[in-house]
Amino acid sequence: MTELPAGPRAPSGGWRTATVAGVRHPLEGAVELRLDVHDRVDHLPGQHYVVRLTAPDGYTAQRSYSVASAPGDPLVELFVERLEDGEVSTFLADVVEPGDELEVRGPIGGWFVWEGECPALLVGGGTGVVPFVAMLRTARALGRTDLLRVAAATRTLAGLPYADELVDAGALVVSSREAHGIRPAGRLTAADLVPLWEPEQTAYVCGSESFAEAASQLLVGMGVPAPDIRVERFGPSG
Amino acid sequence: MPGPTRGFLGRRRERDTRLPPGQYDAGREWPVLTAEPTPRISPETWSITVDGRVETPTTWSWDEAHRLPRSEYRGAIHCVTTWSKFDTWFAGVSVDTLLEAARPTPDAHFVMATSKTGYTTNLPLEDVTGGKAWVVWEYDGGPLPVEHGGPVRLLVPHLYFWKSAKWVSRLTLMQRDQPGFWEQNGYHDRGDPWREQRYQGD
Repeated sequence: MTELPAGPRAPSGGWRTATVAGVRHPLEGAVELRLDVHDRVDHLPGQHYVVRLTAPDGYTAQRSYSVASAPGDPLVELFVERLEDGEVSTFLADVVEPGDELEVRGPIGGWFVWEGECPALLVGGGTGVVPFVAMLRTARALGRTDLLRVAAATRTLAGLPYADELVDAGALVVSSREAHGIRPAGRLTAADLVPLWEPEQTAYVCGSESFAEAASQLLVGMGVPAPDIRVERFGPSG
Repeated sequence: MPGPTRGFLGRRRERDTRLPPGQYDAGREWPVLTAEPTPRISPETWSITVDGRVETPTTWSWDEAHRLPRSEYRGAIHCVTTWSKFDTWFAGVSVDTLLEAARPTPDAHFVMATSKTGYTTNLPLEDVTGGKAWVVWEYDGGPLPVEHGGPVRLLVPHLYFWKSAKWVSRLTLMQRDQPGFWEQNGYHDRGDPWREQRYQGD
């Protein structure tokens, strides 16, 4: 048995104040926040930040969100899906305005990161594409887009975060509810992934529990060695 | 501590005293968070080994482990991603029972738990002795589901749940502490939810 290796020596930062520089709602039920993080520690693509909200009585709630921006971006970009019963995501989507200050902590995580050197297959479902956007942006900045192959699964193209950017980067988009080109509507299958797979790749899978489980099992079934598959599962944390 | 976040009141709530700081009650949900693909392990091929700084390195098969005295845990579990779950019910064997057989040497102070997937997590010996830790194969009266670590996982409910290694197959006693998987990847070495030891430096 091989020990699960540690990830690269990824940077990590403590609690910081961030000033909200931009708020956009590119999709219904989601918010994109652009944050000016004071005294920032630059992240590696794939890492995440924690956002902590404090009520006047001292009550706090905190949640983790993947970073969509590349390390070279002067701002940290978070893409947050608004969960109807979510305590933090509804606040971020409905209340936060430019100029607000938020308490954040990051970057965090040393496993689900891409250092910009190795070939990688990125398989994202829904908002699970967010860390892959950071990887694509980093690859563009490094001139190494040849290293990345991307598959993005969604219900509809219109509901996919960063859809235009992903399509422009050559991502395979698989929609369960509509056809794309010659690909009919349907869930992600091994037939979608086989053409993207090369033996030296590390595979990254990100999405909901059910998506991450299904996609990682597809890869295992294709013969991708389990230690070469890194999985990030979103919990239902709102 | 910084001041309040503009406009944030939080849910109107009766704060449950069983909830550590920064945690919320997941209710009936039991989120799945693992960094690797879920392995399929049949009970016939599973075994648990206690080795390292022990007098008698010992391995138990599935059947042998089930013949050990049954031990249960009923109570809360806490995940570092901020959910907690109350009134869980696990059953298996106490880690104390395994250690009684393997007999740690006097210089054993830490444990590395290793999973079938290669996942590792480190614990001080005192966090897995004295009725605080179990190796469990039952949840809520049924087999432990595979996505939650079945057939068998470690259970150390007084620490954040990444310490409760899924698909556990080995406990190695060590003289000195060594970081496990998440501990090398930015997370706290001990992970006490009541002290909010989530990340390195907490």
